[in-house]
Amino acid sequence: MAILTPAETRRRVDASLRRRYRTERLFRLYGLVSVLLGIGFLLVLFTTIVANGYGAFQHTYLRLEIRFDPAVIDPDGTRDPEVILGADYSQLVKEALRSLVPEADDRASRRELNALLSTGAPYELQQMVLANPGLVGQTRELWLPADDEVDLYVKGDVPADADGQRLSGRQLAWIGQLAEAGRLDRRFNAAFFTQGDSREPEMAGIWGATKGSFFMLLVTLVLSFPLGVAAAIYLEEFAPRSWLVDVIEVNINNLAAVPSIVFGLLGLAVFINFFGLPRSAPLVGGLVLTLMTLPVVIIASRAAIKSVPPSVREAALGVGASQMQIVFHHVLPLAMPGMLTGAIIGMARALGESAPLLMIGMVAFIVEVPGGPLSPATALPVQIYLWADSPERAFVERTSAAIMVLLAFLLVMNAAAVWLRNRFERRW
Amino acid sequence: MKHIVPPAGLLAAVALAALAAGPVAAQSARDYISIVGSSTVYPFTTVVAEQFGRSTKFKTPKVESTGSGGGIKLFCGGVGVQHPDIVNSSRAIKPAELATCATNGVKDVVEVKIGYDGIVLAESKAAPGLPLTLRDVFLALAKQVPNPNGTATLVPNPYKTWKDVNPKLPAETIEVLGPPPTSGTRDAFVELAMEGGCKTFPWIKAIKDKDENRFKQVCYTIREDGRFIEAGENDNLIVQKLKSNPNAVGIFGYSFLEQNMDAVKGSVVDGQAPTFENIASGKYPVSRPLYFYVKKAHVGAIPGIKEFVAEFTSRKAMGEEGYLADRGLVPLPAAEYQVVAKKVAAMEVMPPAK
Repeated sequence: MAILTPAETRRRVDASLRRRYRTERLFRLYGLVSVLLGIGFLLVLFTTIVANGYGAFQHTYLRLEIRFDPAVIDPDGTRDPEVILGADYSQLVKEALRSLVPEADDRASRRELNALLSTGAPYELQQMVLANPGLVGQTRELWLPADDEVDLYVKGDVPADADGQRLSGRQLAWIGQLAEAGRLDRRFNAAFFTQGDSREPEMAGIWGATKGSFFMLLVTLVLSFPLGVAAAIYLEEFAPRSWLVDVIEVNINNLAAVPSIVFGLLGLAVFINFFGLPRSAPLVGGLVLTLMTLPVVIIASRAAIKSVPPSVREAALGVGASQMQIVFHHVLPLAMPGMLTGAIIGMARALGESAPLLMIGMVAFIVEVPGGPLSPATALPVQIYLWADSPERAFVERTSAAIMVLLAFLLVMNAAAVWLRNRFERRW
Repeated sequence: MKHIVPPAGLLAAVALAALAAGPVAAQSARDYISIVGSSTVYPFTTVVAEQFGRSTKFKTPKVESTGSGGGIKLFCGGVGVQHPDIVNSSRAIKPAELATCATNGVKDVVEVKIGYDGIVLAESKAAPGLPLTLRDVFLALAKQVPNPNGTATLVPNPYKTWKDVNPKLPAETIEVLGPPPTSGTRDAFVELAMEGGCKTFPWIKAIKDKDENRFKQVCYTIREDGRFIEAGENDNLIVQKLKSNPNAVGIFGYSFLEQNMDAVKGSVVDGQAPTFENIASGKYPVSRPLYFYVKKAHVGAIPGIKEFVAEFTSRKAMGEEGYLADRGLVPLPAAEYQVVAKKVAAMEVMPPAK
């Protein structure tokens, strides 16, 4: 091997250095590009969802003078709830519409006129009178929801000249008239947040699904957190090191990776077919999600317990504490923030699950808002799935709006986990 | 130190105790109707259910979308509050299913035909349009087709464009988006369109009498070389894909075509456009009846079943100008409606399976 001159050595070192710097710069660039790509996809996702969905928070309403005619609602003046329930409220609405547009005088044009208003509007009146029978005989000015086709037109989603425009020229002219008179306006869509499911897009809301999700998560939390923490404490602090414990440990890790639909099948077989729990109940949903969340909680709790330094345990032992006292007075309080974080992340995952719920009958059309963990209910992701599959065009924006609400819940839960960790975690 | 009992364990024990006590109370009574079944009938049943819940003192029925086959399985599980009362189906119940029902104690089943659903082959508005025949549909989509040289043999489907199938059609590549085999829409499409086209070859039709299974295998098998794309159960997704791809043809139910007329158009099949009138009159060849089945043993035990069925079969729901027609259901012709209404009024049960 020839001896290199100092200049040659220098040149070679420089060249190799340059090469190393270049690879390093390239590597950094790859990293940056992947991060940016990820953020880019996320942005595209969020912007499409928000762009599709923000419209659903508003709906077109019509201002009508409704006379709660006693002759229609309660001709005998009995104020019997059953009579009030069965009355034909659509007459009141039709009456009010006709007084606004007197030129619609034949049957066909009246039919078209009545179609401007949601078929759910009479039920709103029914609910009002049921809640307050004193309304009968009075006249009130009310904002009532317009039909979803009208709403799509007013929002510009289906232009007047589009081939698929399902409103007639006459109806479009009336809409123009009503808007001119200030009787037609876009307002906050409260029904979306307060109602259960409905086949009328303007009456459909996420409150039923939200409550269903809430009951389900409640059951999941109450079951999976204590069980998970207890299992983690036992495995970390008390279990003797043996092959059996190793087997359990491997299996817990395996369970965390099992596809969620499998838990749904298990739930169907065990909770519904064997124990006879009712189908579609949030209780069963919660039990299934508990099975799914449990491994996550156990793994996170064990990691939290492991991170408590042995010196704490030794010091407690040194002043005469029993094993149990060490765990409950020292280890558990110190590990709690980590355990809670794990539980919250597990819950957030459970909130977004829909596959296992399919098997236990929670993919269903349920109008009534569930009153407890045993009444039939759906969950937020399921509601999104059902709306995405509905033929009515107006459900497209409601689907995206429901996704936004679900994402908001997930964001809050994950932020809570981060906050808990930063606020209470101790570094040793 | 008194707090030695782990509070976590205690909590879990309480929760489990509550669970054990809960179900018994929940299952002893059900005050709402439970409906399962076809995702094609689901959009119609839910409208009736909502109407029924709002205008009567009964609770709104719970409607699950499980698919026809899955629904009938649940329905036939037995008699009792934990089993559904009504099942929706996009095909008639099979004798084998009825037999399973009977074995499990579900003996009296009332069949109600509610109307028709057309299956459309649709394209983007931007596309030139395909005037198809059932034979074209079969030749374009079957896995094996009769040899183009005219002999009575089968060859793997060689056709790449619509023009290859029928010289009158444009030279567009065949790209069809349709439902997966689990879907009732797929079953109906295969039975009506594929079989219809298949039968136009006399020698294949002759197989039917000799070997039914062989006939089904030839006529019902859809090609798997990527020209037919399974687009999942979501019909809205197919509509979206058609908008962005003018070459593609989508297969879905008539109600989705009706709601998306601004973006897609239905192809003419055998000279008939998929319109409301053509499906109702039976001129359009790819249409199928829709049903629901009622468990008679539950009538009276679960409140409101009779009233719900009455609402569903009323003229204002199922009739020609009823609110279900507004949702895309193709109603029964007047004479057929009379028959169904009479059957329902008497709650006439189906004859037992042979």
